[in-house]
Amino acid sequence: MTPGSWLERQRSLLDYTLSSLARRPAKNLALVTVYALVVFAVASGLFLGEALRAEATAALQGAPDVVVQRLQAGRHDLIAAGEVERLAAIRGVERAVGRRWGYLYRPSSRANLTVMVPERFWGGDGEAVIGEGVARVEQVGVGETLRLEASSGESFDVKVREVLPPGTALFTTDLLLLSEASFLRLFGGGPDRFTDIALQVPNAREISKVAEKVLQLLPGSRAITRLEMARTYQSIFDWRGGLVMALLSTALLAFALVAWDKAAGLSAEERREIGILKAIGWDVSDVLLVKLQEGAVISGAAFTLGAVGAYLHVFLGSAGLFAPVLEGWSTLAPRLHLTPAIDGLQLATLFFLTVVPYTAATVVPAWRSATADPDAVMR
Amino acid sequence: MRPSDRLLIALLLAGLAAEACWLHAAWRQREVDGHRAAAAIVRRLGLTDLALFTEARYTRHPTQADRFAPFQDHPGALEHFPSGSVVGPPVAR
Repeated sequence: MTPGSWLERQRSLLDYTLSSLARRPAKNLALVTVYALVVFAVASGLFLGEALRAEATAALQGAPDVVVQRLQAGRHDLIAAGEVERLAAIRGVERAVGRRWGYLYRPSSRANLTVMVPERFWGGDGEAVIGEGVARVEQVGVGETLRLEASSGESFDVKVREVLPPGTALFTTDLLLLSEASFLRLFGGGPDRFTDIALQVPNAREISKVAEKVLQLLPGSRAITRLEMARTYQSIFDWRGGLVMALLSTALLAFALVAWDKAAGLSAEERREIGILKAIGWDVSDVLLVKLQEGAVISGAAFTLGAVGAYLHVFLGSAGLFAPVLEGWSTLAPRLHLTPAIDGLQLATLFFLTVVPYTAATVVPAWRSATADPDAVMR
Repeated sequence: MRPSDRLLIALLLAGLAAEACWLHAAWRQREVDGHRAAAAIVRRLGLTDLALFTEARYTRHPTQADRFAPFQDHPGALEHFPSGSVVGPPVAR
């Protein structure tokens, strides 16, 4: 057989396969739709989890090396400003910075904001820099004012100087950055107390030792290292990924049952078709090839539709369908502008878990019918 | 047109769609320069957490929460927020 005639033969078989599929349009279309939806749901979960993990891992490299909290009766309490110098004197610590931050509940928008004083605030007193989520829920823009209720009962206005870029929303959406004076006016308290102290330790191998020394110097305090922060997020994403997979695996299993039932049990009509093909002189291998092509066309189409749909959903649609799960009870949630980070291995696993079993499942019953006597099959 | 020709066209379109996703991913990575913008603001402000869940202290800053969060109001308090069922406890190592 010349290569040309071999190719023509394959094309003819493919023509037959597609015509055969087109004879049962509703059934096959429904199958592809459900199949694609399952792939879409699982792939969306994979893409979102992987993108969030990559974002967190990359960005948290810039988090403080050690954060020192004072504990009072087991709860986080303010720390004396005098401790900053004591901590800065620990060998291996390059800088120690007292940080002021806290939470502000806004009854008007029912949102919780994170109020912070940056080490070097680039605005003046009475000015604020806000995250894109704050601008959205408070409906304020650059140049407009935001009225704040201080803990003393007085109200005062801050002018919005800047809205932080939407690309950083995953970290900054609920931030309200103020000058130190505005922060103290809002929450009260004196300049001699900080919320916590951030330490900069240039040598990463010394971080755990520095944390130990902090605990010796300030017994009863808590030192949170950057490694611990990364580990917290690692466990959150592992847990969440596992949870999503556990939920989706039931859908996957239900689909597997349906697909197996559909693919493994040939209808009387399909058996008759195979019998006729055998009777008019088709080989067993031809029948198997046609069935294999049928399975590959259906599962390939469903996988492509599902995977491309999931990409569009997560990276262009900001994972809108998962938003209610991510938001929980919070009024203020970031609009996700995720940078695509796709784990090829996970995608390949999904491919092999969906396409290969389905295609294989179509072949076994076809082989059984094709090897039987055509007369018996058609009867 | 033969059915196999139509399949070939569909395959080409699927390939183009996958290629478009690939190019879009590469373009987005270059446009935002990886995660540099987020990393820069995290470094500049000394941030410790993702602003994914803002409803409670321990969901906004899981890394800075009390050791016994979310049961911080009194021992044995019921979990208040749905996120708590999604965010698992950190693994002790």
